[in-house]
Amino acid sequence: MFASPMLSKTAFFVALCLASVSAMSTAGAQTATEIQLSYKDKKFEPAEISAAANTPVVIKLKNLDAKAMEFESKTLKVEKVVAGGGDAIINVRAQKPGRYEFFDEYNEKTARGALVVK
Amino acid sequence: MLAALIIVFREVFEAGLIIGIVLAVTRAVPHRNRWIGGGVLAGVLAACVVAAFAGALSNLFAGMGQELFNAAILTVAVVMLTWHNVWMARHGSELAGELRSAGRAVVEGSKSLLALAVVVGVAVLREGSEVVLFLYGVLAAGDDSAWSVALGGFGGLLLGALVCVLTYAGLVHIPMRALFATTTVLIALLAAGMAAQATHFLEQANWLTAMDKVVWDSGWLLSDSSFLGRALHTLIGYTDQPTAMQLAVYLAILLVTFVLMRIYGSAAKAMPEPAHG
Repeated sequence: MFASPMLSKTAFFVALCLASVSAMSTAGAQTATEIQLSYKDKKFEPAEISAAANTPVVIKLKNLDAKAMEFESKTLKVEKVVAGGGDAIINVRAQKPGRYEFFDEYNEKTARGALVVK
Repeated sequence: MLAALIIVFREVFEAGLIIGIVLAVTRAVPHRNRWIGGGVLAGVLAACVVAAFAGALSNLFAGMGQELFNAAILTVAVVMLTWHNVWMARHGSELAGELRSAGRAVVEGSKSLLALAVVVGVAVLREGSEVVLFLYGVLAAGDDSAWSVALGGFGGLLLGALVCVLTYAGLVHIPMRALFATTTVLIALLAAGMAAQATHFLEQANWLTAMDKVVWDSGWLLSDSSFLGRALHTLIGYTDQPTAMQLAVYLAILLVTFVLMRIYGSAAKAMPEPAHG
């Protein structure tokens, strides 16, 4: 008996959240540096990519292997599963200069690369 | 084999913590095993479906399908956890007392159980889909080592289940009254942390770009990819580089939970006690 008014209030709250989220998300983000990256035979190609500091980066990753991989970087705070033979777009927020390592979580030892921000 | 064990364990670890908490929270509720078990089973099945369509899912929304999917299911979990807490503010004392067998408490109890079963299902789905993808990839490769990797994966699953058991055992040692108070706080923090994670996914998808400045970097003190960091990440939403929006969402969920619990909890106390028996 209590559930229905509570539910409708919950629903209202969710709607309110969604509305504010969509209001806050602006359509045009900063123009980002686009980098192509491929993954083949458990290796990134190229193994080192670079970008300018304080600019968002978009990594376009092609997984040329038949198996799924997971692009992960602890320092860039990115995790993304890429299906075998699939593409992925990875958004990286603007970074300070430095070297940011990434790897395939399923082959952490061999499949490594780095984004160098200058 | 060891690598497979570690990878699978890392994925299952989070789900194990969440299931352990949910089991402890529902200790007094009848039929809880059926609901929680159902949640786990549904989560496993859904994880297989998600893994099978991982490529298609990823391509949705201009390549941001995975992020938005994660954000959406986390949001579902947040709503369910918050609802459970508010519901407990009203009925917790009935359940803790001798009214456990009262017909209405059972009916209402299953409503809250449904919410928690969804939370469990979502946790298993999220972590499980990556495990399925990984193990499928290993087996599909057909190497000699495939079975040893699969064995490692199975070991990882068992270790994850152990985390669940230990979490549960730790929590149920708390006396009943204190357990409700403890788990209320735990669940509120869990929900706030999940909301902050959902925010992170929306930021990753570029759907949320306001207040995206990193507020602090405590990675030197405790990295959120370390073992303790990961546990705290799941339990209270710890992250070493939170954005302003993540913090705002985190605090907003705690505030909303607190306010709703006050409103519905006090309304319950103001009403005359229902006739027992």
